[in-house]
Amino acid sequence: MGIPITVQVNGVSHSHEVEPRLLLAHYLRDVLRLTGTHIGCDTSSCGACTILVDGKAVKSCTMLAVQADGAEITTIEGLASNGELHPLQKSFNEEHGLQCGFCTPGMIMTATDLLANNPSPSEQEIRHALEGNYCRCTGYHNIVKAIQNAANTQG
Amino acid sequence: MGKFIGQSIKRVEDKRFTTGHGRYTDDIVLPNMTYAQIIRSPYAHARINSVDTKAAAAHPGVVAIFTGKDIAEAGINGVPCGWQVDFKNGDTMKEPPHPLLVADKVRHVGDAVAIVIAETREAAKDAAELVEVDYEELPAVTDPYKAVQDGAPLVHDEAPKNMAYDWELGDKEKTDAAMASAHHITTLEFVNQRLVPNAIEPRSAIGDYDATNDKYTLYTTSQNPHLTRLLMCAFVLGLPEHKVRVVAPDVGGGFGSKIFHYIEEALVTWCSQKIGRPVKWTAERSESFMTDAHGRDHVTKAEMGFDKDGKIVGLRINTWANLGAYLSTFSTCVPTWLHGTLLQGLYTTPAIHIDLVAAFTHTTPVDAYRGAGRPEATYLLERLVETGARELGMDPAELRLKNFIPPFDGVNQPGYQTQVALQYDSGNYEQVLKKALEIVDYDNFRKEQAEARKQGKLLGIGISTYIEACGIAPSAVVGALGARAGLYESAQVRIQPTGKVSVYTGSHSHGQGHETTFAQVVADKLGIALEDVEIVHGDSEAVAFGMGTYGSRSLAVGGSAIVKSLDKVIEKGAKIAAHKLEAAVDDLEFANGAWTVKGTDKSIAFGDIALTAYVPHDYPEGLEPGLDFSSFYDPANFTYPFGAHIAVVEVDKETGKVTLKRFVAVDDVGNVINPMIVEGQIHGGLAQGIGQALFEEAIYDEDGQLVNGTYMDYTMPRADDLPSFETDRTVTPCPHNPLGVKGAGEAGTIGSTPAVVNAVIDALSEYGVKDIRMPLTPQRVWQAMQNGKQS
Ligand code: FES
Ligand code: FES
Repeated sequence: MGIPITVQVNGVSHSHEVEPRLLLAHYLRDVLRLTGTHIGCDTSSCGACTILVDGKAVKSCTMLAVQADGAEITTIEGLASNGELHPLQKSFNEEHGLQCGFCTPGMIMTATDLLANNPSPSEQEIRHALEGNYCRCTGYHNIVKAIQNAANTQG
Repeated sequence: MGKFIGQSIKRVEDKRFTTGHGRYTDDIVLPNMTYAQIIRSPYAHARINSVDTKAAAAHPGVVAIFTGKDIAEAGINGVPCGWQVDFKNGDTMKEPPHPLLVADKVRHVGDAVAIVIAETREAAKDAAELVEVDYEELPAVTDPYKAVQDGAPLVHDEAPKNMAYDWELGDKEKTDAAMASAHHITTLEFVNQRLVPNAIEPRSAIGDYDATNDKYTLYTTSQNPHLTRLLMCAFVLGLPEHKVRVVAPDVGGGFGSKIFHYIEEALVTWCSQKIGRPVKWTAERSESFMTDAHGRDHVTKAEMGFDKDGKIVGLRINTWANLGAYLSTFSTCVPTWLHGTLLQGLYTTPAIHIDLVAAFTHTTPVDAYRGAGRPEATYLLERLVETGARELGMDPAELRLKNFIPPFDGVNQPGYQTQVALQYDSGNYEQVLKKALEIVDYDNFRKEQAEARKQGKLLGIGISTYIEACGIAPSAVVGALGARAGLYESAQVRIQPTGKVSVYTGSHSHGQGHETTFAQVVADKLGIALEDVEIVHGDSEAVAFGMGTYGSRSLAVGGSAIVKSLDKVIEKGAKIAAHKLEAAVDDLEFANGAWTVKGTDKSIAFGDIALTAYVPHDYPEGLEPGLDFSSFYDPANFTYPFGAHIAVVEVDKETGKVTLKRFVAVDDVGNVINPMIVEGQIHGGLAQGIGQALFEEAIYDEDGQLVNGTYMDYTMPRADDLPSFETDRTVTPCPHNPLGVKGAGEAGTIGSTPAVVNAVIDALSEYGVKDIRMPLTPQRVWQAMQNGKQS
């Protein structure tokens, strides 16, 4: 009863038979054991599960694994390249943009999409882009700074 | 300042989180693991006539099902309460059992009735749907004031009038007399609404029984794994503690909600032994809403008396506190010893009295949520002061300055004895408020406000000043107040033979950055590199004992325990150095990572002493090998951080929407080890306090249904609801712990809520609005304006 899918995740191709109701978030966490993608809610409201699907930030709990067939996916584990951290991974450390770290993968993936489309966003644009991501620890202050910092070093 | 102490060192724990390699409980998969789904009551109050598990048991993949009857038959106790608060007349607190699964009656929506264990999460969920529970619905009560009135539905037969206890503090006679002779009395009646802590990581627990060695391991999302182990072993399951390991790995935020010992922890542990396989349970968010302990929920009548010059002469409080359906671990001390004792605030009020009733209701248990009692105390004081100032026609900043306790450092001047049991350690209250006023440019703001008003814009400014009692707690004091455990902290410092240092702390980090802050302290004290220090926490197998992290206690209590062990290391190191250098111990001094014979260049480095400590062949008699010390630190007093917060808001005339334009926070948390981390703690606290003022409330309907138990319905602040914060600090060291630190975890939450509400009321001054019920939603603000206009 499984449906075959093939997805590229962090540059590696995976083929599995999955149940039609399996969420992409669960596929990543349970089948591929990529547990950096977190699950914080059951209403697609928190953004902890955000990944990139074909370059776009997507909440992986809103997508079925079967819908990802043929897609190219990047998760937090795949963001660093050749052992070099992504500018956002560095700037979150530099600006203290994380505390418990649970929202962090989702925040960084959302910010990756933002900066790809808008390399030097204003504070308001950043705050607006983070609307779909809850953080209960930081009050967002340092997350905003981290994204500004990464924009500056990228730009 | 040292090489590390006082510096904003970047966090050493970040890399695993920014690369997706954190290890949270739900990330753990054990061989042969099963998955649990808990059947929960859809009713607030109902009798259970029967539970039929036949169809569920036949579902493919189901491994086992247990019900309340199984738990009762196994003779398992419920989860205990850790703090006893007795009735005013001396009667013992009512403490009805909170069973792991209920057999007879459900008492809140989400109460656990049965557990289904299956091969996969999906199978467990599907099978759970097939469990048939026959409920007979009963009337419910959700409001603490209504709960204690005659005829209210009873939550527990053994608690008449739904009272867990009643309680008072302060001098009633003196307060009544002061109020009778007051020139003016300001009165407010309000609800400090129920909040849901909402750590973004849902709770999760894995029980893993190893039959070969008769050993249990529990992985859990806990702020204090050792206390969970103690409570679960000694009071619930009756297991020998040396056979039980509790691990709290990376934990995704707590804010109080993960302090407590929850039924699910004991359930998965017990079930794992029953079925001989690991059992994992992870809450879905809607389950978290129903079962994570909630916070606040007070109904209060508050009166403050003033003389004709605006001096506060008395404070009289009546509060009805909601404890929910069962007594959660620390629930009983929150409205009492963490609330009533803070009613002195920063003021010289000479007469204070609080009368309080703690009620059971058909709602989720209420316990400590960030601030725990202190936000409620601060809210009532700061709303009263602000309202009093308006009624007396005085400036609210002025009124506060007039009533502040004068500065005292706790060394040259004694601590300040309050009217409500506590003795403040050190404080300089005027200074924080003046600094905050300066940053916000208070004098100019009034002009700006008047200008804006001419253009039809409603600007408002609101002040709040606060004090809190942190560093919980001196064991003797809390013991006298009913705590069933002393609240010290432990630390072991193990110097490895190579001079590297492993530190085992009973504090637990779930975002606070202990791996960095504690390492800064250790590296500085020993004069070694930061990367030579490893902080280990959260595993009862590695750390001998601990009391965990809550009440802003980690650095003040846990950090002090580390310092105590470091002192022992240095003292013993000196003996070894004296032997090696052929000098007297008294002639040695330790600095910059070496022991030196005073006045000479003869010295020996820390690393050399570490090695000789483990490979000695020439030690004199009486000198033992090894360099490894444990300590327990019990604080002499609470610590008392304080601060002043100022909010500037704009209210939209048409819609009632409140926009927070500026937020200034000047906090004094004593000495600071890592300013970056302290500021981060303040920011997060502010967001939660502002959340209470503007957005958050757990709403129960008359039937006891939690009507907004999802992230779609319960509003928390998002990034675009908040401005960037303006934070600053003053430093008044704590006089009684070795680091001079006071704690920063809760400050932001405690101070910010009334500042925002005061600002909105100020913005609406032309409408004559005295109070608005929190959260200040656009609808409520708009309604207040309409009512104000009419009157
Ligand atoms: S888990 Fe996907 S949005 Fe919350
Ligand atoms: S860092 Fe904890 S939720 Fe964002």
